[in-house]
Amino acid sequence: MSERREVWITGVGLITCLGEGLDATRDFFARGAPPPYDDRSFAPYIVHALPPLNFDKQIPKKGDQRQMEMWQRIGVYAAGLALGDAALAGKPDLLDHTDMIVAAIGGERDIPVDTAILAGVRAAEKPGAFLNERLMNDLRPTLFLAQLPNLLAGNISLVHGVVGSSRTFLGEESAGVDAVRVAQARVAAGQSEVTLVGGASHGARWDHLLDFELGGALLKGKFAPVWDRGPEGGIAYGSLGAFLVLESADHARGRGARPRARLNAVASDRNKRQPGDIEMTLGRLWQAIAAQVDGGHAAVISGATGLEPATSAERHALKQFGLPVRASGTYIGHGIEAQFSANLAIATIVLEHGKLFAPLGSGDGGKNPEPLDRIVVTGVGAWRGEGLALVERIH
Amino acid sequence: MTQSSAATTAGTKNTKCLDKAGRPLVAVTGIGVVTSLGVGKSDNWRKLTGGISGVRRISRFPTEALKTTIAGTVDDVYQDYMAPAELSERIALLAGEEAIAQSGIGSKGRFPGPLCLAPPPLELEWPSRFKIAEMAAANGETGYPDLLRVARDFGQKFGAFRFGIIGERLAEHFGTEGSPISLNTACASGATAIQLGLEAIRRGECEAVLAIGADGSVTPEALVRFSLLSALSTQNEPPQQASKPFSKNRDGFVMAEGAGALVLESLSHARARGARVLGIIEGCGEKSDSFHRTRSSPDGKPIIACMRKALADAGVGPDAVDYINAHGTSTPENDKMEHFGVAAVFGERAARIPISSNKSMIGHTLTAAGAVEAAFTLLTLEHQRIPPTINYNVPDPAIALDVVPNAARDARVHRAISNSFGFGGQNVCVVMTREPA
Repeated sequence: MSERREVWITGVGLITCLGEGLDATRDFFARGAPPPYDDRSFAPYIVHALPPLNFDKQIPKKGDQRQMEMWQRIGVYAAGLALGDAALAGKPDLLDHTDMIVAAIGGERDIPVDTAILAGVRAAEKPGAFLNERLMNDLRPTLFLAQLPNLLAGNISLVHGVVGSSRTFLGEESAGVDAVRVAQARVAAGQSEVTLVGGASHGARWDHLLDFELGGALLKGKFAPVWDRGPEGGIAYGSLGAFLVLESADHARGRGARPRARLNAVASDRNKRQPGDIEMTLGRLWQAIAAQVDGGHAAVISGATGLEPATSAERHALKQFGLPVRASGTYIGHGIEAQFSANLAIATIVLEHGKLFAPLGSGDGGKNPEPLDRIVVTGVGAWRGEGLALVERIH
Repeated sequence: MTQSSAATTAGTKNTKCLDKAGRPLVAVTGIGVVTSLGVGKSDNWRKLTGGISGVRRISRFPTEALKTTIAGTVDDVYQDYMAPAELSERIALLAGEEAIAQSGIGSKGRFPGPLCLAPPPLELEWPSRFKIAEMAAANGETGYPDLLRVARDFGQKFGAFRFGIIGERLAEHFGTEGSPISLNTACASGATAIQLGLEAIRRGECEAVLAIGADGSVTPEALVRFSLLSALSTQNEPPQQASKPFSKNRDGFVMAEGAGALVLESLSHARARGARVLGIIEGCGEKSDSFHRTRSSPDGKPIIACMRKALADAGVGPDAVDYINAHGTSTPENDKMEHFGVAAVFGERAARIPISSNKSMIGHTLTAAGAVEAAFTLLTLEHQRIPPTINYNVPDPAIALDVVPNAARDARVHRAISNSFGFGGQNVCVVMTREPA
């Protein structure tokens, strides 16, 4: 293996229900306000919806906006914030070799069309022919482009001009972890100088809620912190967009970019999810970074989903590590593929200001280390996949 | 990292296991293929070089009211009511097993490296949606809130939120290491799976990777979506003649299913265990396009750059390429732009270098295409025989290429490239060679 290079986070773009950008997020946490959630619009399900965004700011052409569904707009918006933060936006010479890995979902439906088909098929003499006819006549041609997972990346190329390379990872939380892992490894190994990585989710939609409720995964009824959602637990779907610019230290220095933090390590694995598996996998991943954690003043930002038994298993594993813990999902909801990047974004905010956000729920705890200089971010998937990252403050 | 002891035991040969840039050379030691032509590479190769088409009339669902009623379906594997997730997993598994068996790597249920998989995007299918609506038994209109009300009782564990399901199940079946990667770069996905594997081995993260592309998603809605973008051929009769890449009368691609699997392995690891080397993945190049969601940039720059980057990654010039495995979808746009790109990269040799499209026979296997066609390119290198572009009866005078028309050809092929260009502007090119001396 060739020598590993230092990987910096030189840009962060984050939009969540807490607000747009790093300052808004920091200010929200500083106020110590309760988590904003919406338990009415999709009752009995609970979602964390975004505040109104002016998409024109990042997606100037209305034509482009019309070609995207909301999850893509959110992602393109957050990607634009990250590129702006990294001082890459509008610089074609740099964007030409900026690589991209997006963790994506997709598959948004045209709900009125679906509803009409479900109503009409009951009376149809030939259900198959009826379905074909309705789809041929009623689907918008451009909806397909909004359903394709790789079109978030495609739209980022179109709108922001990121054209070095473009890869989209699929597969829920693990996709988000592995996108960052591969992006970090490529930069560290010299396979990329600068990579935009992240994702977006949009939970305030009946169709996506259906996908998750089919697995019995949604939080219903009363809001609670992720750690305290009962024996089955549940996800409060979060709408959010989160992108990071990962860059080799040399490339960043060469263009005068400043680092927000250092991304030291990212690790992931899977197991069969038998009792004890999550604890064992997290323990093994932890061992890989333990030496780097030990030298500093560290805390954990957990990506716990709220779904059981994974959330309790993670909590059990984290106890062994003995660091202060905060779960962001209580505040921003669960953004599936985008959650890991969102938590890395939050980690950079927390490191820059030296302050953890207020503990909420029975799994949060531990005092704010002084001076806080390292954050371990966890990403334990609702039904599969475990990941960890170590983010370090640059003095 | 586990730097293999194999590298040391290979002794003097070790230096030859690195490429010009000093990176580990990556060999292919196992190949598996499933397409509409059949299951397994021997059947596929025989038919592919025999100029036989696997495109047929769709029989698994009614096609009334559809403009396109043909596809390259994998009917040998499909069983009644298989959802795309199940069919894709099944053909990925068959291709993976064939590749691993040929490679002889690892042991049963234990593959010594990670999985890089290009699956189709998954979603709730209409038959399931109809069943859930029936369960909801709403009075009057059945809305999404009604579906949600009964969703938990539908009994689909993990619901539809499981793009990772195929990768997870294959990782369990093959016993691959680490987190399986599922990826999507549209029609370039299969090539991206190979590229991710190549990069991981070059980084020294692993000695082997199982790279698979699989797509078994011919459903009414999938067909309608491509139809509405005017991407599909509507020349339904006879089905076998619909896919006609580079022909003047080409009118769209034919949707198809298939799976391709490659066992990628550092050459030092392959040699140390005495594995037969089927070929070398010498380089990959990618370049994304910021022009349009479904169309290539009219200046061809991204396509040109992707081929040039692949050749640069392999450390060779265009003169060293003996064969081009075309993306060749048979859409008016793709074939025109691919010709344009090839002409720019290969200059005056462009008209003489053989270029053929497997899609003329197997259709467009979508997320699998890059892997299936890399597998066929490796078989081309192995057999020194180039599969034809069939249905080439009305040449397009604007496309001056040697498309290996209608009949396979024996040829000296030491190095080949395989192109994959996707919706959303994601373009990948893979460079493959025979084993170095």
